[in-house]
Amino acid sequence: MLHLDLDAFFAAVEQRDKPSLRGRPVVVGGTGGRGVVATASYEARAYGARSAMSTAEARRRCPPGTAFLGGRFGAYRRTSEVVMGLLRELSPLVEQVSIDEAYVDLAAGERSDPSVDGVTALARDLKARIAEATGGVTGSVGIGSSKLMAKIASDLDKPDGLVVVAPGTELDVLHPLPVTRLGGVGPATAERLRQVGVGTVAQLAAKSLPDLVALAGRAHGGGLYQLARAEDDRPVVAEREAKSVSQEETFERDLTDLAQLNRLVDAMAARVGGRLRASALSGRTVTVKLRRYDFTTMTRSQTLPQPTDDARQVASIARRLLAEAGTGGGLRLLGVGVSGLSQYAQGDLFSGEDAAEEVEDAADESPAVPEPPADRRWWPGQDVVHDELGAGWVWGRGLGRVTVRFEGPLTPPGPVRTLAADDPALHPGDPPDWRPTTMGA
Amino acid sequence: MEFRVTREVLADAVAWTARSLPPRPSVPVLAGILLEVDGSQLSVSGFDYEVSARAEVDVQAAESGRVLVPGRLLAEITRALPPHPVDIRAEGPRLSITCGNARFSLPTLPVEDYPSLPAMPSSAGVVDSDVFAEAVGQVAVAAGRDDTLPMLTGVRLEIEDDRVTLAATDRYRLAVREFAWRPETPGISAAVLVPARTLADAARTLTSGPEITVSLSSGGSGEGILGLSGKDRQTTTRLLDAEFVKYRAIMPSESSASATLPVVQFTDAAKRVALVAERGTPLRCEFTPGQVTLRAGGSDDEGQAEERCDVEFDGDPLTIGFNPTFLLDGLAAVHTGRARMDFTSPLKPAVLSGVEEPAADDADGGRPAERPGSYRYLIMPVRLPG
Repeated sequence: MLHLDLDAFFAAVEQRDKPSLRGRPVVVGGTGGRGVVATASYEARAYGARSAMSTAEARRRCPPGTAFLGGRFGAYRRTSEVVMGLLRELSPLVEQVSIDEAYVDLAAGERSDPSVDGVTALARDLKARIAEATGGVTGSVGIGSSKLMAKIASDLDKPDGLVVVAPGTELDVLHPLPVTRLGGVGPATAERLRQVGVGTVAQLAAKSLPDLVALAGRAHGGGLYQLARAEDDRPVVAEREAKSVSQEETFERDLTDLAQLNRLVDAMAARVGGRLRASALSGRTVTVKLRRYDFTTMTRSQTLPQPTDDARQVASIARRLLAEAGTGGGLRLLGVGVSGLSQYAQGDLFSGEDAAEEVEDAADESPAVPEPPADRRWWPGQDVVHDELGAGWVWGRGLGRVTVRFEGPLTPPGPVRTLAADDPALHPGDPPDWRPTTMGA
Repeated sequence: MEFRVTREVLADAVAWTARSLPPRPSVPVLAGILLEVDGSQLSVSGFDYEVSARAEVDVQAAESGRVLVPGRLLAEITRALPPHPVDIRAEGPRLSITCGNARFSLPTLPVEDYPSLPAMPSSAGVVDSDVFAEAVGQVAVAAGRDDTLPMLTGVRLEIEDDRVTLAATDRYRLAVREFAWRPETPGISAAVLVPARTLADAARTLTSGPEITVSLSSGGSGEGILGLSGKDRQTTTRLLDAEFVKYRAIMPSESSASATLPVVQFTDAAKRVALVAERGTPLRCEFTPGQVTLRAGGSDDEGQAEERCDVEFDGDPLTIGFNPTFLLDGLAAVHTGRARMDFTSPLKPAVLSGVEEPAADDADGGRPAERPGSYRYLIMPVRLPG
C-alpha cells in the first residue's frame, strides 16, 4: 500500500509558476479581510504560518516580502491530474482522497516486487517522475502493509520524504507516536484520552477494548482499539460507484451579484439534470457548494421526499439554498450537485416538457459576466497577459493601479511593473504551461 | 366565576379546543385555554393568531367571569376526572376544580394579556357535515407537508354558486372533489387556500351536528380567514396567501387505457407486495386484459414480491410504476367498492376515481347512478429503469 501526499501543494505550484517566489515564503488562501490560509510554503511555515490560520495572523507572523496569493484552482487541478496519471501507471487501484493526496494498492499493479528494496526503488522512481512531470512539485511517499501505515509513513519525513515500513515493524513505528497522528483522533478525542493518561499510541494500545468503548463510544472506541494495534483492512477503492452528479465552477474573481449567481445555478442545474437523465438516474438530495472570498468552503443541502431528475426543481432548491447560505463578500466557487441516486424517478405533475426545455436553452448561453470596476478585476496571484510585456501575474492592486511581475515557470525571475488597473493591454490569462515543449492540446 | 358542569361535556369541549393549541407558543398566554361563563353558557376557547377554536357548553352557573388556564394541563386533568359533576370556581389568582373526591387548584394566566379571538366572518353557505368531512379527508391526503412551498400545504376551496370544489397536491399527486352545498347568496364565487392540516382536523371533528356553516372573509391582502361552525363548536383559520397551481390544466382530458379494479382486493395485494419496496422504490403494475400483476423489489440484495389480481382492463397492455404510498392513499380515499384507473402513458399521470354501483333495487338496470359529487385522484407515475 502506498500513500502519496504532495508537499505544500498549492504553494509549490505557485513557486513553480512564479520563479521570483522560489525559496521565499508563500501563503495561498483568502487574501481579504477575513481570509483563511489554505496552504503555506515550507518557508512560510518556518515563520509559523499554518493551514486554517487566519490570513491576518499569518501576515503578522511572516516577514515583509511574503507573497499572499489567492488560489488558482485550475492550475492546481491540471498539475494534480498529471500526478494522478502517474499513480495509475503503477496500479489500477488508485484512490484519490483529495487534490493532493492518494492511496495506491501496489499489490494490484503489474510490477509488484513486494520486498522492502523493491518498493523503495519503485517509490524513488515515482518521486523523480512526479518532480519531472510537474516541473518540480515534490511529494512525500509512505509505504506500508495497510492504509494506516502508509499514511503514517508518508507523514514521518516531510517534505520530499520516502519511508517504507517493513512488514512486522508496524508497532515499532506506531507506538512512539502521539495518538493525534491516528486518523480520527481530533482535538476532542485527544483531550479525553489525555485525561486518562494516554498520549502515545503505545499507551492507547495498553487500554482494554471496554475502556475505549466507554471513553469514545462503540464504533469510535472499537476503531481506536484496532488502530493502536495497526489493524486496518480498509481496501483501496478506485472508482466509487457514482454517488452524486455534480457540477462546479471556480471564478476568476469573487462573484457577488445574486442575480448572476442564480443564473449560474440554473445553468449548472440544467447540466446536472441533463447528466442525470442521460444516465437514467435521479436523486433525492440537492447540494450547493460554495467557497467564499476568504476560502471558507461550505455545503448546504436539502433532501426531497422523492427522487428527481428535473433541472427546474434542482435549480429552484439550489437557488434557495444559496440564498440561505448567503453570498456576502462574494463567492469564488459555486457548485450544484444531486446525490442519493436511484434508478427510479418520481414524476412531477408540474414539470411539463416545455419547462424543462426552457432551462436547457438557458444553459447553452453561458451567463454573461458583467465587467467589474477596473481595480476589482485583479487579485493577487492571478495569471495575466499584457499585449506588449507578455505573461505574468498580479502582485498587488489598489488606488487604480495593479502591480504585475512578468515571468513564467520557464523564465528566470522577471521584472515588476506597475500599470493602470484599466490598462487596455492587460488581460486575465490562462494558467501557464510548465512543460518545456507544448504537448498537444 | 363559578359553575357546575357534567364531566363528559367539559372533557370533550376542552379536548377539542386543546388540539389547536400551539406546541411551542410564541407568547406564554397562547398556551392557555380561556374559560368564559356568561348566563348559563360556558365557552372554552383557544387561539394562536393562526387558528382559533371555541366550544360552547351548557352549565349551571353561579357566577359569570373569565379565566385563562394552562391549556394542556386542563385537558389532561379533565380527561382524567372521575365520572361525577365538576365544580369549577375562580379563587383569586387560582382556579379550583372539584370532582368527586378529587380537587385541583391551578395557577391562572393573565387574562388581560390574551388576544381577542377573530370575529366569525359572515356566513357564505351551509354544507352537510358528513359530506364536508368526507370531501376534505379525500383531498387533504394529497396535500404536501413541506413548509418551504406553502402553496402545496393548502387545500384550494373554490365556490361557484351551489358547487364547491376542493383540490390539493404535493406535486406528485392531485386530489379533486366536488360537492353540492347551499350558498347564502345565489351566484356566489370565491376561491381561497386553506391550511390542509387545520382544515382536515376541523372537518373531521365538526360532525356532531348535521350541518356546517362556512364563513369567509377575504380582507384583500392576506388577512382573509375561513370560519367553520358546527353544533356548539366553531373554528377559524387564517388563509394561506399564495397562488394555487393551475391544476385543471393537468387533468388529462382523454385516456388510452382503463382498468376497473376491486378496491379491497387490489389494496390488499398492493400492501403485501409493497412490503419489499424500500423507500423510494416503486410498485410495478403490469396491466393485461383481465388482470394486473404487481411487482416490487428486484435487485439481488433486496426482497422480491409479486401478486396477480383480477381486474377489468381495456386497452393495450401497460406497465406503469407507482410510489406505493401514493397509490394506497388514493385507493383508501375513493370510498367505493370498485375503482377506475385511466391511463394515457407510463409517464403521464394516471387518474383514479370511484365507480358508483347501480343500486340493487334500481329497475332500469346497469347504468351507474349519478354520484352526488365526483372524486378524482391523479398520480404521477415513477419512471421505471430500463
